[in-house]
Amino acid sequence: MTALAALFVRDLKLSVRLGGGALMGVLFFLIVVTLMPFAIGPDLALLARIGPAILWLGALLASLLALDRLIASDYEDGSLDLILMAPAPLELALAAKAIAHWLTTGLPLVIAAPLLGFLLNLDPAATGAVALTLLAGTPALTFIGLIGAALTVALRRGGLLIAVLVLPLTVPVLIFGVAASNAAIVGPLPFGTPFTILCALALMSAVVGPFAAAAALRHGLE
Amino acid sequence: MPLIDLANPTRFLALSHRLLPWFAAATAAAFASGIYLAVSAPDDYQQGATVKIMFVHVPAAWLAMGCWTVMTIAALGTLVWRHPLADVAARAAAPLGAAFTAMCLITGMLWGRPMWGTYWVWDGRLTSVLVLFLMYLGVLALWRTVEDPSRAARAAAVLTLVGAINLPIIKFSVDWWATLHQPASVLRLGGPTIHSSLLTPLLVMALAFLLLFVTLHLAAMRNEIMRRRVRTMLMLQAEAAGH
Repeated sequence: MTALAALFVRDLKLSVRLGGGALMGVLFFLIVVTLMPFAIGPDLALLARIGPAILWLGALLASLLALDRLIASDYEDGSLDLILMAPAPLELALAAKAIAHWLTTGLPLVIAAPLLGFLLNLDPAATGAVALTLLAGTPALTFIGLIGAALTVALRRGGLLIAVLVLPLTVPVLIFGVAASNAAIVGPLPFGTPFTILCALALMSAVVGPFAAAAALRHGLE
Repeated sequence: MPLIDLANPTRFLALSHRLLPWFAAATAAAFASGIYLAVSAPDDYQQGATVKIMFVHVPAAWLAMGCWTVMTIAALGTLVWRHPLADVAARAAAPLGAAFTAMCLITGMLWGRPMWGTYWVWDGRLTSVLVLFLMYLGVLALWRTVEDPSRAARAAAVLTLVGAINLPIIKFSVDWWATLHQPASVLRLGGPTIHSSLLTPLLVMALAFLLLFVTLHLAAMRNEIMRRRVRTMLMLQAEAAGH
């Protein structure tokens, strides 16, 4: 257990220190949301209506951007071999890495979302709903992305391939994330219906992700 | 001959060499009778002659899902039993599945233009088939990116199994999403019941498509085995030249 805790703390430290690029995702998120009105037009009523969708798409792309560093940097400096040979189960090690990754790349997106909500003319209730759905949904994105990161770890063109492999799998998360946000704003559904399904998706990907990623690493690197 | 003997690629090559002409002939015969039945089938009283697109569209849709099932079984063979032919079967099924899915989408769009007045609607069924197509393209991209074939096979196997778990969830969520956006959809493919004058040609065409898949899959597996042998020989040659 201490080995997993040490790995968790190490990943946290590596990503917040120089060269870790923890806040790069938030910066990207800000830029994507800023670009949207240029493409759509500065119509505040329209922006308020599609604001949750814009925030969700921005967060999805931003969390995708950070995935290629999730395992690849450990592969490059050799520490992945140590993790593979360690007595601690690989599945749990990968889960610890994914949680650390989410804390440094996913959670900042959730915190930034309410601020970006102002830019998109969202009212406070809508902003809260989007932030809550992102809080439940971004872990799912990280755990699904863990599979893509593990599959492409040793490849030269891994970054682009991750997007191709991972994005179709994120369709349900996107659907229920945006649906729950919209349900809180305009109805007619109660917020809880899509939100609980979103939570279920996050829990399921937290189970499937580490196991599939561990299988991909064991079979891919031998 | 016990099934385990087929695990030997040489035995598989010999057997498939004998079987392939029979499957090809059966495919041709099934298509001949299927197309004859489809052409002579009566026009639908509402859809007119466009109902005949269904005889290509529906079997392609069935095979689009069937190919992923074949790939899932092959993926289990790759990961659990390290079956030498499972890699080859999975690799040969992926482009076929993508092709059948594309055929399903294209014929559906051709049917939608006169019937719905547009090539594409964001209907639940269409959208989930489109996502299935994207998943096939992802598997193909993975096969084409990893150089070593057995490593590519294991990576593709993991992705196929993850896809097999996720595809029903994607299907469910897309259906949920589409019904949320367009309640009481009138855009239903086919009625709840289908008359026997249309059902018989459909089933014959489905059999023809299934035989076509088996024929193409066997042929593609043979090609893949030979491609791997050529690759191994070239690598041995390069190694010998290097010494």
